[in-house]
Amino acid sequence: MDDNAIEAEGLVKQFRGNVGLAGIDLRVPAGSVLALLGPNGAGKTTAVRILGTLLRPDAGHARVGGLDVVARAHEVRGLIGLTGQYAGVDETLTGTENLVLVGRLLGLARRAARARAAELLAEFGLVDAATRPAATYSGGMRRRLDLAASLVGRPRVLFLDEPTTGLDPASRVELWAAVRGLVDGGTTVLLTTQYLEEADRLADDVVVLDRGRVVAAGTPDGLKASLGGSALELRPVLADRLDVVATTARDLARGEVTVVDGAVRATVSDPDVLPAVLRRLDEAGVHLAEVSLRRASLDEVFLSLVDTPSRVDPTPRTATRTGSPA
Amino acid sequence: MILTSTPTRSVGPLTALRQAMTMAWRSLLQIRHKPTELLDLSVQPVMFTLLFTYVFGGAIAGSPGAYLDFAFGGLVVQNALFLSIYAAIGLATDLRQGLHDRFRSMPIARSAPLAGRLLADVVRQLWSFAVLLVVGFVLGFRPDAGPAALLGAAAVLVVFTLAFSWIPVWIGVLARDPEKVQVFGFVLVLPITFTSNALVPLDTMPGPLRAWVALNPVTAANDTLRSLLTGTTPLGPPLLATLAWSAAVTLVFATAAMRALARR
Ligand SMILES: Nc1ncnc2c1ncn2[C@@H]1O[C@H](COP(=O)(O)OP(=O)(O)OP(=O)(O)O)[C@@H](O)[C@H]1O
Ligand SMILES: [Mg+2]
Repeated sequence: MDDNAIEAEGLVKQFRGNVGLAGIDLRVPAGSVLALLGPNGAGKTTAVRILGTLLRPDAGHARVGGLDVVARAHEVRGLIGLTGQYAGVDETLTGTENLVLVGRLLGLARRAARARAAELLAEFGLVDAATRPAATYSGGMRRRLDLAASLVGRPRVLFLDEPTTGLDPASRVELWAAVRGLVDGGTTVLLTTQYLEEADRLADDVVVLDRGRVVAAGTPDGLKASLGGSALELRPVLADRLDVVATTARDLARGEVTVVDGAVRATVSDPDVLPAVLRRLDEAGVHLAEVSLRRASLDEVFLSLVDTPSRVDPTPRTATRTGSPA
Repeated sequence: MILTSTPTRSVGPLTALRQAMTMAWRSLLQIRHKPTELLDLSVQPVMFTLLFTYVFGGAIAGSPGAYLDFAFGGLVVQNALFLSIYAAIGLATDLRQGLHDRFRSMPIARSAPLAGRLLADVVRQLWSFAVLLVVGFVLGFRPDAGPAALLGAAAVLVVFTLAFSWIPVWIGVLARDPEKVQVFGFVLVLPITFTSNALVPLDTMPGPLRAWVALNPVTAANDTLRSLLTGTTPLGPPLLATLAWSAAVTLVFATAAMRALARR
């Protein structure tokens, strides 16, 4: 427990018959990044809200920084920063005022709060917008301000619920860099995401949730290796040789073989398959325009883990669903 | 599922007060960005006072001047009640966005967000009361009240409206929608002030209505303000009734609102 910044055992949360969490365990070593991955309704936000002291679990225990999130909630709040799924900024206030507000609430003197606000605004590229009300910010700017607000108190543990949803690719990369910078400084981060690439880029460990359960856990590479195998793609020069290619692949690869866009795709777990396939096709006189063998993407792993029906959220949500689930 | 019942020692009363004041500062900052809010706080009382004094004043009391002497206290109470939805609107806005969750995830007093809103409302109330006094003075109303009575009037106004603002706060917590709070405020405040003796004397009303009007807490507040501002009617009974009503309403609706807020 000493080395784990976040620990959870058997967390359960029910919502009037709806399963939020059906008993999950988590362990996040201090200074590392855990990505909670899962489709809509998997329970990601529920987990973050329990760990962030906003929600009580029905069963199970969780500790942040060694402190129980229910019994010692107030102390836990002193350790954490939380950026929720819905922006936690006051839209009528300027960027500076938002950050000064948080600093003052945390007990900083006026001048110190201003200085900290200026520092964070600079760090997140919001200097030019510092004196404008947040209502005039773009979605990405608001997200950055929200993240900055969580950092005013220099939290040791940071929770980010879908931090990059709605950001353009450039802002996303910037936010990743910011998170990585925090981790280099020793912060522990638990983030949720629906972007597998994000988990791949940022996380030391990934936990895949589905319908309130952990369906897989491990490092991004480990997950890809253990579950995905490698993806083989063969594209013949002549489209009428596709059948031959497909038959050969079926003989040797044994996995599922599909023909898409004039190319044959197969999943293979044994790297020796590739030379064998090439030899066979060469003998058959098939010329290939393109050959590739690559690690399965995390997307492929993800889709293979998550039941398709559950990807349809049982409770329809409208665009106005706001605030946070109780 | 009441998180506030956790055994964790939260913050001391002085720190809690400081945090509430920070929250109030934040709530009042909005006025700086939306100066029109200050107009809201000033135009409506001026308009209502002018309307009632000059449109109805002659018919009800014989002359606008005589009417103003009678109605001024009631107009002050009515205006204060209209303002008592600000805290609820602010809270509903915070709940609807993620802001309230941000506050809840911080190591601050649980009371700070709402206490700050209420504190800011006190400032609004005092501002609006001052505007009304000036308008009344311009129209010829001369309060027969020393500084102590004026302060007393302000205090009663604050106590009474703070108590009643728990009703919209409760609605705001349940609905999490500032517009619903606004609509509700209107639907509640209009009838409750019109069926008081704020604008029309009690003895001109039909029997059954009169029974309600006499009971109406707004009537008690009107009479308290009248007494403090003009010194021509007794103070004791309406003041007691006003305080009793304030305590009762606070007890019921603050409990309901806090419970709903903790249950989220
Ligand atoms: N307040 C609530 N009342 C009822 N059901 C709820 C509530 N909050 C969450 N749920 C349900 O709990 C389940 C998990 O929800 P949660 O918000 O944790 O999912 P999520 O993984 O964050 O999804 P998303 O990717 O859509 O944000 C869902 O089925 C959801 O409908
Ligand atoms: Mg979520």
